[in-house]
Amino acid sequence: MPSQEIERAVDHSRMKVSDTVAIEIRDMNKWYGQFHVLRDINLTVNEGERIVIAGPSGSGKSTLIRCINRLEEHQAGSIIVDGTELSSDLKNVDKVRSEVGMVFQHFNLFPHLTILENCTLAPIWVRKVPRNEAEESAMQYLEKVKIPEQANKYPGQLSGGQQQRVAIARSLCMKPRIMLFDEPTSALDPEMIKEVLDTMIELAEEGMTMLVVTHEMGFAQQVANRVIFMDAGQIVEQNEPTEFFNNPQSDRTKLFLSQIL
Amino acid sequence: MTKLSYVRTEMLPEREPPTSATGVIGWMRQNLFNGWMNSLLTLISLAVIFWLVAGLLPWFWSPTWNAGSLGQCREIIAEAGKQSGACWGVINERWPQMLFGFYPQDLRLRPTLAFFLLFVALIPVLFAMISRRMNWLLLVLVLFAATFFGPGGAVMTVLQIVLGLGLAWLAWTVVATDRADRAAQIKEGVKRLPNPLIFSAAFVFLMPWLLWGGSVWVPVGVALGFVIGWLVFRLLNALIGSLAALILAIVTPVLWWLFLNGLFASAMQAVLPYGLEPVPSRLFGGLLLSVTIGVTAIVISLPMGIMLALGRQSDLLIVKSLSVIFIEFIRGVPLITLLFVASVLLNIFLPPGTNFDIILRVIIMATIFAAAYMAEVVRGGLAALPKGQYEAADALGLDYWKAQRLIIMPQALKISIPGIVSTFIGLFKDTTLVSIIGLLDPIGLSTSIRADTNWNGIVWELYGFVALLFFIFTFSMSRYSMYLERRLRTDHG
Repeated sequence: MPSQEIERAVDHSRMKVSDTVAIEIRDMNKWYGQFHVLRDINLTVNEGERIVIAGPSGSGKSTLIRCINRLEEHQAGSIIVDGTELSSDLKNVDKVRSEVGMVFQHFNLFPHLTILENCTLAPIWVRKVPRNEAEESAMQYLEKVKIPEQANKYPGQLSGGQQQRVAIARSLCMKPRIMLFDEPTSALDPEMIKEVLDTMIELAEEGMTMLVVTHEMGFAQQVANRVIFMDAGQIVEQNEPTEFFNNPQSDRTKLFLSQIL
Repeated sequence: MTKLSYVRTEMLPEREPPTSATGVIGWMRQNLFNGWMNSLLTLISLAVIFWLVAGLLPWFWSPTWNAGSLGQCREIIAEAGKQSGACWGVINERWPQMLFGFYPQDLRLRPTLAFFLLFVALIPVLFAMISRRMNWLLLVLVLFAATFFGPGGAVMTVLQIVLGLGLAWLAWTVVATDRADRAAQIKEGVKRLPNPLIFSAAFVFLMPWLLWGGSVWVPVGVALGFVIGWLVFRLLNALIGSLAALILAIVTPVLWWLFLNGLFASAMQAVLPYGLEPVPSRLFGGLLLSVTIGVTAIVISLPMGIMLALGRQSDLLIVKSLSVIFIEFIRGVPLITLLFVASVLLNIFLPPGTNFDIILRVIIMATIFAAAYMAEVVRGGLAALPKGQYEAADALGLDYWKAQRLIIMPQALKISIPGIVSTFIGLFKDTTLVSIIGLLDPIGLSTSIRADTNWNGIVWELYGFVALLFFIFTFSMSRYSMYLERRLRTDHG
């Protein structure tokens, strides 16, 4: 299992978990037809938490974070994001979505728009920010992810790592309070994984609330304050990273860790 | 044992490709004489082309332009000592009719002007690189040119002077200021010219008025209907929700057009009478008829097809079933049957005494026919988009319509360009089917011209001319689609 070593020291000074609840998931269940993908999920995420969700493929970890911005609908239980409950009410859904950023495995940049347009589209059309303001702010975020010089290129002209960093910048332009990462490095070459992880570490250092589905255990050890292990649609074990990796409790977790480390 | 270890000490510089792979010789070697088989095929093809041209050219090159009948043509050809030749006299005598049908001769400036204005209106829609200034310049140029062919009089002279001055000013600003200057002017607060799309929108109402004439207040009232619909939507959207507002925003203008527009137009006409001499639909013919039907149907069928494609993918059961039924039914029926319904059956269903214009009926049928095909073409484009695009749009908080407009449709339509343009071309050629229900499009006219004793027996020249007329349009559409595909490419370069 490729697992990038984090080379630099991670600055934990600003990573503070507050008492405010950001996401509250209660007894949440989800089915695909007859298949029970998520079973009795209970999870409370406080502001400032960096949570890594790990688990074998098909364990429901992607589905779980996709439920948080309702890319997937849950059928039972409740999900409350920043005080807004997700239901079939589209206004609430759009409100939550504009507060929650998401980064996908396959980047999902808009290929017909330039990098800058990718970043300014949602602020302009959802937040109603004036164009020049949106562009200024987008350039700041592109500088933050270290690709301001690509602003006028199209996604197809960028490498995978660059595209993923643009995708992160695009999400940040909406000034989200929570960021969801759905296997952000799984489609990248080893050389490019590092640049994306670096960007994510910087984000964590600034105190962003993050839920990250990933196989990068180095990232989990250095950055996360909590690791959640999922299997067969349920949360099997969660703990702080040191304990999780050094002293796993369940047999399922031990087996998983022995396979990937 | 060979040595396995190797380390390059210096990197190789870039070199020119060999001359045999570049230039004319390289091109010919690669494309024409690539192996003995291909060389042989090239030579045979050249021989066939030569044989065809040598056979056709003498037929085309025939001094019969001024002949008044097929008989005269034959004499001229015999005098020139040729076996056979084209009889171009028929084109010389009948080309105005092939273009305009029986549209009154003294009013033909109107369709001509409408035709040129059509291009001016299309430019900002079709081409991104033409500046606003250039577009307005073209508009004024066309209008200015038209005044010289119109009826004289003091009003015309004043119009000429005004347009001429406008033209000179626009031309001067185009020549005198370069791009950088203009950018500076805009920054300093010098007003930019208005968006030429305003004219394109106005042209939608201007074109029917130029063609059919009548009171100017009728098209104004029709345009007013759209404004009413928009206002209804804006006012009610917040009050009663978007779906109910949308339905009312469609129903209200329809009621306006059906019941109040006539009253409005006649009342305004009584106060401020202005209008053009009306021309009834039965006088329309030739290319004018084809272009009127074709362009209207093309312009309406695309948005209609998009809505149908979206309807077919909708989660709302009723919207979805209606779209599927419409698409499958209309696409499953020959266009000819629809045209017969338009020309014969519709009159039976409508209340007696209603006068529902035949061209309008044909346009409606051609439009829904093309829209059904368009819906499937667009659906193909939608299906080709990865799911991630929808998810990314959703995840950013864009609602359904914004996601469609900004993310999904630009990409789906780009993928569908070849299919859309094929449908357009097919639709434009299908307008010749109206000859079957007795309208005098170029094909219908050719039949009647061939019935004239002077031109009885002419085949190739007439149909060749019709083919040429259509080819100019369809080939332009085809080239435009290729240009558009190139322009919208974003994957490299």
